[in-house]
Amino acid sequence: MANTYTLISSSTVGSGGVSSIDFTSIPATYTDLLVKYSLRTDNANIFSLTFLYFNGSQTSYTAAKQLEGTGAAAASSSFATTYLYADDGVGNSSTANTFGNGELYIPNYAGSNNKSTSTDSVGENNATTAYSQLIAGLWGNSAAINRITFSTSGTSLTGSATKFVQYSTVYIYGIKNS
Amino acid sequence: MPNPTKLIVDCSTGVTTEVELTDEEVAQREADAAAFAEIKAAEEAAEAAKAAAKASAEAKLAALGLTADEISALY
Repeated sequence: MANTYTLISSSTVGSGGVSSIDFTSIPATYTDLLVKYSLRTDNANIFSLTFLYFNGSQTSYTAAKQLEGTGAAAASSSFATTYLYADDGVGNSSTANTFGNGELYIPNYAGSNNKSTSTDSVGENNATTAYSQLIAGLWGNSAAINRITFSTSGTSLTGSATKFVQYSTVYIYGIKNS
Repeated sequence: MPNPTKLIVDCSTGVTTEVELTDEEVAQREADAAAFAEIKAAEEAAEAAKAAAKASAEAKLAALGLTADEISALY
């Protein structure tokens, strides 16, 4: 049972927005990692897809399973992709000044086995449609995770690359089991 | 047009810098988005086919004389 939570690092997006947030040189001195994030993007939709990458890798995200609720229906799906799917987040068509919140847990992130992940996230929208998700992921790689990248996808309202908007935040905590 | 930017947070120093994405990163970003759209489209097509099959089955059951309540009791 985890008994220590230490903030490793955090980031708050400034006024111009950014398309990705890249945490590098994550120390290998903890047992697990917990990442808490609150994100909104400037795309045109209620939702906004966020992708995750470990150590800059674009391979071996082989077995993501998702359960999703939309406010009207439930769905499940599987992914084998070049990224780890983080969540549906919140786009610019959701209620103003709200953010999508999520939590990513990575047990034994510094070990030599493949890396499993679990994510739960919700979007905020004062309307019928609002997304919530549970995602189980797997990165088939034996390397210790020393870098985590959050990336937006698609294009924004203005046709440029989608950005995380100001006040979007990501916090990374290290957890020790003793 | 300049490439979009990213925040790099060095966890060993706490220093944050904002830099432009490389052309390679931009291309990968676009490829990942396209791949995801493909997955979603396939998923939606499968769901639509399943819904159509269900509607067809219900219509056939109704033609056999089952009521709506009797059909829904089968699920």
